[in-house]
Amino acid sequence: MWLMRPLQERSTRIFLGVLFASLALVSVLHVFMPQDSALYVSAYTVTLLGKYLCYALLAVAVDLVWGYLGILSLGHGAFFALGGYAMGMYLMRQIGDRGVYGDPLLPDFMVFLNWQELPWYWLGFDMAWFAFVMVLLAPGILALVFGFLAFRSRVTGVYLSIITQALTFALMLAFFRNEMGLGGNNGLTDFKDMLGFDLRTDATRLGLFIATGIALAMGYLICRGIVTSKLGRVSVACRDAEARTRFLGYRVERVQLFVFVVSAMLAGVAGALYVPQVGIINPSEFSPLFSIEVVVWVALGGRATLYGAVIGAILVNYGKTVFTGIMPDAWLFALGGLFVLVTVFLPKGIAGLLFKPRKSSDASNTPPAKEATA
Amino acid sequence: MGIFRLLSHLLLTVFVLYPGLVQAQVDDSEAQQLLTSLAESSFAEKKEVVNQIAGSGDERARGWLESFASNKLGRIESSGQFIIVLENRGRDWTVESALTGENLGEISRRDIDTVRVNNALRNELESILSVLDLKSPEEHNRLTAARALKGSVDGVLAERLPELMSDEKSDSVRAALTEALAIYQVEEQGDVAAVATLSGSLNSQARAALQQAMRSDDAALVAAATKAMASIEQKLKLNRAAETLYFGLSLGSVLMLAAIGLAITFGVMGVINMAHGELIMLGAYTTWGMQQLLPGQPGLALILSIPAGFLVAALAGIAIERTVIQHLKGRPLETLLATFGVSLILQQLVRTVISPLNRTVITPDWMSGSVMINEALSLTLNRLYVIGFALVVFAGLMLIMRKTRLGLEVRAVTQNRAMARSMGIKATKVDILTFALGSGVAGLAGVALSQITNVGPNLGQAYIIDSFMVVVFGGVGNLWGTLLAGMTLGTINQLLEPWAGAVLAKIMVLVFIILFIQKRPRGLFPQKGRAAEG
Repeated sequence: MWLMRPLQERSTRIFLGVLFASLALVSVLHVFMPQDSALYVSAYTVTLLGKYLCYALLAVAVDLVWGYLGILSLGHGAFFALGGYAMGMYLMRQIGDRGVYGDPLLPDFMVFLNWQELPWYWLGFDMAWFAFVMVLLAPGILALVFGFLAFRSRVTGVYLSIITQALTFALMLAFFRNEMGLGGNNGLTDFKDMLGFDLRTDATRLGLFIATGIALAMGYLICRGIVTSKLGRVSVACRDAEARTRFLGYRVERVQLFVFVVSAMLAGVAGALYVPQVGIINPSEFSPLFSIEVVVWVALGGRATLYGAVIGAILVNYGKTVFTGIMPDAWLFALGGLFVLVTVFLPKGIAGLLFKPRKSSDASNTPPAKEATA
Repeated sequence: MGIFRLLSHLLLTVFVLYPGLVQAQVDDSEAQQLLTSLAESSFAEKKEVVNQIAGSGDERARGWLESFASNKLGRIESSGQFIIVLENRGRDWTVESALTGENLGEISRRDIDTVRVNNALRNELESILSVLDLKSPEEHNRLTAARALKGSVDGVLAERLPELMSDEKSDSVRAALTEALAIYQVEEQGDVAAVATLSGSLNSQARAALQQAMRSDDAALVAAATKAMASIEQKLKLNRAAETLYFGLSLGSVLMLAAIGLAITFGVMGVINMAHGELIMLGAYTTWGMQQLLPGQPGLALILSIPAGFLVAALAGIAIERTVIQHLKGRPLETLLATFGVSLILQQLVRTVISPLNRTVITPDWMSGSVMINEALSLTLNRLYVIGFALVVFAGLMLIMRKTRLGLEVRAVTQNRAMARSMGIKATKVDILTFALGSGVAGLAGVALSQITNVGPNLGQAYIIDSFMVVVFGGVGNLWGTLLAGMTLGTINQLLEPWAGAVLAKIMVLVFIILFIQKRPRGLFPQKGRAAEG
């Protein structure tokens, strides 16, 4: 089984080991430690860590396309946000008549805007299974259509990056509109419960945190499974020499499309888990700045390693939490500096620092040397 | 009412009979006496006094009557001196002497007796004043007065207008008067012949009159009015199209200005400079800084900021090239990330050092206002200047690229770097100069933008995605493509805006470009031959 194969790798075992150990440790410290103990992990911290794990999953998805396919997507935030909105719509419908206006069918913002009935695309979101399928399908279909058009006409390199950025920018503008029927500027918020569990209780928060951890593990396994398969090898070949791979007879655009769609779905799952923990989804997740920030997490952690993406996401976001707490003005300096320093001085990221490349036969771990151009 | 009509009639007769009186001054004691009787007589008698004042031919009469009509003519209780109130907010009013025009400073409002006026009198005053203006020796004044009359002609005035028209020497004034009279005739008398005069008029009052005529019972009148209205609609549509085109070209030239520097750096070096928007911002802030350095001379400061903005942005560009970009040769995606980092730093730098709030850049007098083409179409001057500026910059860049040694070397390096180097061109030097040139042009764009948009830390972000779209749409490394793409996108955006709204229009343009790139991945004008590889 391709999904089980990565379990034989040392790096995967270590990664999963560390991940599950952390999940267990946080859970134990949260549940069994007395509240005044120094080792006690508060519900706030659990949620914060859960948020980091969502970002980590998003970073893994970006690393899959950037590290192993050579596509620098500056629009992965769009898939993340779409997954988030699908989940948000489910949570909105779960509120029922407990909203401020008490309308049994319409969410508060629709009552506020004087809407009479639910738009058609809201139908079905009262059912959990439907919403969870949409979490995968909404970003998946967008990626499929967008990727199909882009890869078929061989849009590559910086052009592709720029149009992914345009994509998320256009979506952001669209979601800001009230006429979109998705809450406009304010987005979706005020969630009450999910699958019958009250979102405000500590137990649900811990459950979401653990679910996110498991999702991250699954996502990591899927990506690892793909990159170690034959498909993964072809994908790396596309990254390093697209034209040559094509001449060798591979259908490059199909490989690209498959990997791109998988990555978009993973991003969607990350977004879906993010929303109930943060309690809000609004169009700012679509902002080009967020998407490009994700890329720098990956770059910092080390591109084309997958675990590097996780390390990068957690480190940068921890840094962000600390910085914006102490000196909010300095955060953009730090982030901007990070972009420059990582790309100029740390092309292989932290992973490259930690693990000096051995005489590796693993092609996927070599830095991408683009085909020499005439 | 009847007596007022009669009196104003009388007055007008006096007026028409003695045009020679205009532009004289009666002596001050007589003026003082006229004003005193204006202040002290009853409303019925005031009419007569107004006539006397208007008929006196005094050049100050207009000012007196105007301030009288707007409740601003008054008398200082203690001295009996007549004053015109300039500013009536607060407890103390700023006033000037009615007779000498001398500013008397602030006087407590309790010491001022306002000369009372009522609505009937005010109405009469209006037409008296307009006739006064129509007699002015200055053609410009007469024209303004004649235009203002459209839709506000009353019966008394209507009878006098033909006479005034026959005395009128200027054709444009006479045309305006004819139209004003026709509006009255259509509105009040349902005159079919007058409808023909209004056909093709762009005045909104004329349209209102015609619309009223279209609702009348007279079939002939309705038919004539409908026909005239159709021809007006036709003309209006044309004017609206011209206005949209103007806005489109104006937005387009802004986009082109913002993008053209990017086109140079991207085209020549294959480098995506995400900090380009911030270089634009630096140019705009240079304009602001210049105006701070030269307070009171916004025009001079603006002109000086053209070279200054170029220099500041070019130096910043060189710094970026030397510190970041040169280390990332041949890695375009990493360059994109690194320059994005630079853009974040520059933004935050401006926020921390200057202010997170928008700065005000003053628009000099010669750039504000608008050119009126006709009554339905006027072009704002600042946008006109920006269009001109954009074209000049474009022409300048074209000259540099085609006619100078630098341009030759830049084109050589663009086409084949290795070959150019082996021919003795210092590619590194060309890189630096190209980047400086592209950045400098971004600075110029900033100077222009400071005149039409807010200058703040987010200025660059607002334009960076648009600029990329323009470059990608036009085809990399092709200046004509950038020009055409900028103008096209600007116009499309403005065409969509009226029926889709600003945000949706923008979304549609973005989607259009995304789809366009699928069809032509290398833009409108792709590079051909070997230069296209890579």
